[in-house]
Amino acid sequence: MSLNLKANIKNPDDFYQKLIDAQRDLSEDEIQLMNAKLILVLANHIGEAGVLDQALEVASEQ
Amino acid sequence: MLNTYTYPEFEYQQSREQEQGVIKRHPVVIIGAGPIGLTAALECAAQGIPTVVLDDNNTVSIGSRAVCYAKRPLEVWDRLGVAAPMVEKGVSWKVGKVFFKEKLAYEFDLLPEEGHKMPAMINLQQYYLEEYMVAKCASEENVDLRWKHKLLNITQHDDHASLVIETPDGVFTMEAGWIIACDGANSDTRKMVDGEFSGQFFQDRFLIADVVMKSDFPTERWFWFDPVFHKNQSALLHKQSDDVWRIDFQLGWDADPEEAKKPENVIPLLKQMLGDDAEFELEWVSVYQFACRRMDKFRYGRVLFAGDAAHQVSPFGARGANTGVQDIDNLGWKLKLVLDGKAGLELLDTYSEERVFAADDNLLNSTRSTDFITPKSKSSRFFRDAVLRLAEKHEFARPLVNSGRLSMPTPYVQSSLNTDDGTEFAGCMKPGSNCADSPIVKDGKDGWFLNQIGGEFEVLVFGDAPATNTVSFNGINAKVTVVGRDLEDKEGLLTERFDGQQGAVYLLRPDQHVAARWREFDADAIQAAIAKATCQH
Ligand SMILES: Cc1cc2nc3c(=O)[nH]c(=O)nc-3n(C[C@H](O)[C@H](O)[C@H](O)COP(=O)(O)OP(=O)(O)OC[C@H]3O[C@@H](n4cnc5c(N)ncnc54)[C@H](O)[C@@H]3O)c2cc1C
Repeated sequence: MSLNLKANIKNPDDFYQKLIDAQRDLSEDEIQLMNAKLILVLANHIGEAGVLDQALEVASEQ
Repeated sequence: MLNTYTYPEFEYQQSREQEQGVIKRHPVVIIGAGPIGLTAALECAAQGIPTVVLDDNNTVSIGSRAVCYAKRPLEVWDRLGVAAPMVEKGVSWKVGKVFFKEKLAYEFDLLPEEGHKMPAMINLQQYYLEEYMVAKCASEENVDLRWKHKLLNITQHDDHASLVIETPDGVFTMEAGWIIACDGANSDTRKMVDGEFSGQFFQDRFLIADVVMKSDFPTERWFWFDPVFHKNQSALLHKQSDDVWRIDFQLGWDADPEEAKKPENVIPLLKQMLGDDAEFELEWVSVYQFACRRMDKFRYGRVLFAGDAAHQVSPFGARGANTGVQDIDNLGWKLKLVLDGKAGLELLDTYSEERVFAADDNLLNSTRSTDFITPKSKSSRFFRDAVLRLAEKHEFARPLVNSGRLSMPTPYVQSSLNTDDGTEFAGCMKPGSNCADSPIVKDGKDGWFLNQIGGEFEVLVFGDAPATNTVSFNGINAKVTVVGRDLEDKEGLLTERFDGQQGAVYLLRPDQHVAARWREFDADAIQAAIAKATCQH
């Protein structure tokens, strides 16, 4: 399987708002911790090493 | 400080050669009588190689050093006849708990697989380990253990090396066909051959305390990340024998090591950890900075490096002595074949090849544990804390928690000594792997598979017995053992672990590693595999 870089989220605005809302009242440190947890939870859901490698690569692009 | 242990003082004796002023050539001289040098002496004795062991001191390891020994080194020591007192005196443990702040984040059980003679892990103070090996060396005719002999200098020649040695009676010279350098992380021998030793020093310090305490703490490994009693750092509690407990405190890089280890600073820290009413006494306190480094190669001419002299790892995951013992396991038989003229010097280069590969695996594991325990940046600290938080509730995060991984042998999967599989096999016994143990019956008595093999090449047959009882190549004899005829696999575990149900033939190395395997017995193929496993093609 390869990393899906096509639009895959049905209601993008909804999701984006939820993400921002979830962190609205958090301190900078709490946000960082939450982001780290989110990455780990999602990475585990994906599981596949090849896909995770591609995601790391895409995220590292300047 | 209190002592549960009295350090033995071994007697210095002037050697005949020094007394008489003659230069004697020894086949093998071992530098250092730490756990690895002593293992090397016993390995050589088992191979019938006489050795002289030199140590600049006259006692066992002082202070807080190795605690945990894993199954594979115990199997090696068992082959050398010295594991029994270690296992008897040692503390066996299986359960580990990991705490994050005040909460239990995760609990694990080593769940050792049934049907192995040796336990997954024991805890034992390093001085006991060395004491048992010194006693065993004393019973070996071929081991000449010399205390208060300090190596000062080495000159290498084509077929030997000369050594300058200092004793209380002055300086003398001896010669060695081969030198096994086991003189520890600060190896003088390494400096004498201009050996390259590089890697990484961690910018952190650890307070290591051994305390004597009668306590109800269970015999488990307890590890804390960021505990309330030691904020922003880590701590570890582990039981050793004689009611001695090992406690590690991460101190951070700015700590002053001399201040940190003063009893007036250590005792309050321990009280916060153990509770105000805990009754304990300090046995030993020291402060360490850890490093992960190795030599570029483990053979420099006539000098073979092993143990901490060759590679140094941080203690997370308890790898130092464990991996050093496996160096010797790998080296002994190769040295024997070279000394007997049955293999060329290239075989000793495969010692370096295989053990550098294993050292890299250990360094990788230690570095990973260290990075988890002591995150190097703010964001890696967030990831670490996120893993620990998630681990409390969610199973998926638990395997990511890394407070030190169990030391497992590194299979030499890429070794030039392996013969590739021609057909499919199930299970873990790929060429380059160490053989799994199994209960067996031999001559009507219950026993263990690993006690039947080792020291020489061996052919293990599952299925029909071949016509021959030995396969030989160039003076190297491999005895044929047929399962069902020479030993009985009562529980079927051996056959299962070696995927022998449909018949299988294994060539095993003297260090109990698989060299090659087939489905049918073919003497020519076995000979070719012996040739390959001893670098003669
Ligand atoms: C806090 C701590 C915890 C550890 N925990 C573990 C653990 O749980 N499990 C594990 O496997 N490992 C552990 N280790 C690592 C372990 O202690 C070492 O890997 C082990 O001692 C290495 O053995 P060695 O024989 O190579 O070297 P050493 O034990 O250092 O022995 C070297 C010997 O050489 C002698 N010598 C030095 N120079 C000369 C010279 N010029 N001439 C003659 N003799 C000389 C010395 O006197 C010494 O006896 C730990 C280490 C530390 C510091």
